[in-house]
Amino acid sequence: MEPLVHVTGRGVPLDRPNVDTDQIIPAAWLKKTTRTGYADGLFEQWRQDPDFVLNRPERAGATVLVSGPNFGCGSSREHAPWALHEWGFRAVIAPGFADIFRNNMPNAGLVPVLCEPAVVAAVMAAVTADAAAEIRIDVAGLTVTCEAAGVRAAPFRLDDEARDRLVSGLTQLEMTLRSADRIAAYEAVRAPWLDVTA
Amino acid sequence: MTPKTLVDKIWDLHVVEPGASDLLYIDLHLLHEVSSPQAFAGLREAGRTVRRPSHSVATTDHDVPTDGRELPADASAAQQLRVLADNCRDNDIELHQVGSPGQGIVHVIGPQMGLTRPGTTIVCGDSHTATHGAFGAIAFGIGTSEIEHVLATQTLRARRPLSMAVTVTGELGPGVTAKDLALGILAAGGTDAGTGTVIEFRGPAVRALSMEGRMTLCNMAVEMGARSGLVAPDETTFAYLEGRPRAPRGDLWDEAVAAWRTLRSDADAVFDRELVVDAGAVVQRVTWGTNPGQSVPVDGVVPDPAGIAHPGERAAAERALAYMDLRPGTAMRDIGVDVVFIGSCTNSRIEDLRAAAEVLRGRRVADGVRGLVVPGSMLVRQLAEQEGLDRVFTAAGFEWRMPGCSMCVGINGDTVGPGQRCASTSNRNFEGRQGPGARTHLVSPATAAATAVAGRFVTPADL
Ligand code: SF4
Repeated sequence: MEPLVHVTGRGVPLDRPNVDTDQIIPAAWLKKTTRTGYADGLFEQWRQDPDFVLNRPERAGATVLVSGPNFGCGSSREHAPWALHEWGFRAVIAPGFADIFRNNMPNAGLVPVLCEPAVVAAVMAAVTADAAAEIRIDVAGLTVTCEAAGVRAAPFRLDDEARDRLVSGLTQLEMTLRSADRIAAYEAVRAPWLDVTA
Repeated sequence: MTPKTLVDKIWDLHVVEPGASDLLYIDLHLLHEVSSPQAFAGLREAGRTVRRPSHSVATTDHDVPTDGRELPADASAAQQLRVLADNCRDNDIELHQVGSPGQGIVHVIGPQMGLTRPGTTIVCGDSHTATHGAFGAIAFGIGTSEIEHVLATQTLRARRPLSMAVTVTGELGPGVTAKDLALGILAAGGTDAGTGTVIEFRGPAVRALSMEGRMTLCNMAVEMGARSGLVAPDETTFAYLEGRPRAPRGDLWDEAVAAWRTLRSDADAVFDRELVVDAGAVVQRVTWGTNPGQSVPVDGVVPDPAGIAHPGERAAAERALAYMDLRPGTAMRDIGVDVVFIGSCTNSRIEDLRAAAEVLRGRRVADGVRGLVVPGSMLVRQLAEQEGLDRVFTAAGFEWRMPGCSMCVGINGDTVGPGQRCASTSNRNFEGRQGPGARTHLVSPATAAATAVAGRFVTPADL
């Protein structure tokens, strides 16, 4: 994976609560067996509206999506963060994420930027008003800056493990394989009643 | 000792290596065709193997035709089914595919085989893995990268969840089901009340639920934003499991039950969040919007977004009404339906089919309404046929289908048409969930059956 130490770019405002993964990538796109080929499916239904924010020429090349609470709710499909990544996004700023989606994001090369609602509201207003407004996310330092919003080094929450992975570019699997001995040791003492295959 | 919640007890039993995210041992890994191909490909490309093939069980459900054909017409769906079969064969993983007696929706077959057991950790590349929590297991959905991680290591990196207690006091009224309870809790708490938590459902009204009812409730925990839901195991759980093909037998059974009996939250355990619901106040519900929190009683009316204080929620409600083509103040009873779907991992078990058949016995679906019953598994289908339920459904004008996810997600060809309105026993009423432009209203199986007969939203008592 590509290390993600900083994300700097323009924002796309999607000011809606409960953006679900069926909207991010409709189920018809889930019949592929590859990890790529999903960008055209991103918000496919909503993009049919020519005024939808992702269709606006001034939003082309933006790398940070700004949205409402409970972003990524619904299905566990990792195709949703894959599609966002392939479109060009590297981070999503929201006051709340659905759990599974939040777990999937770093594995797909996306930074979940979980901020205080007031910070998200300020950034939302700034990027809505100005498509050129710049957002800077310091992944290692867990802060977000958007001068146009008056937001300077506002902290965001991400657990250390996910942050270290994003910054190092190591996958979770590569990290865990270093603990193979611990897994074997656990298996040797696991209670027999937990073995559903016995 | 500090008192512990049930979730913490089960979690602690599975920590291989503590950390910011714990390394957690996974007892059972369920697989289906849609979320797994890239995970197997990742392993192959890196030259890695499956660590414990016997801990994984696969089925085909999302893509499969339910009209009796063995392969979907859609070439990519057919390809996905072949890829799963190849991956299972190459990695020595048990597979229940179309044509085999064990096939069915992944969250229906685990419990029916007796693989879903108290105290265990269960994952699957599917958010409704929460269903298995009904047995007192920690069961949650994962993404494809995590599937690869579990295949390679039989573990997962996961943050310890917060705990939430949803206590349901009193007793559900006559005709009020676990689905109505789930929709009622969602209406009260919202779609993110459970974020970051595993919800323990407790209280007398939960104890009184059958395993099927508990599965319906835990299934919908993920719609409350929770990673999962669970119910402490009890005699109802043990009675359901005893004698199932994969359940432990003899001494192993006794040993397991003794361990299972210890699985409960300590009396003074502290939960991070709590919600108390009075079962007596829960009524039959139907959703009007595009998230499962947007529901009203069947005898209620479409709400007016103007009454919603929060601007974001108000705008979302306005969007939902536009998508659903509904006007505030319209009685739900006056809203006609085109399609009725009885199925999905929420409500496709034998008890659900019995409840629907009871309403449909001696009745016919209204003119112009298409009714579909899709049993959750081959075993459910077979049981239903032994009880003659299939004949009740077909006599009433319903199509009696083969098992699969079908119209819950609409990727196997079973879809609701653009602009059509569907009363559905599934779990998600998102825009386009049942097909582009489809309008979904979530209800219980009994309400779905009554609605099919009336051609508009009603409860069985209205017929
Ligand atoms: S029935 Fe629906 S919710 Fe359940 S696993 Fe299948 S697609 Fe997912």
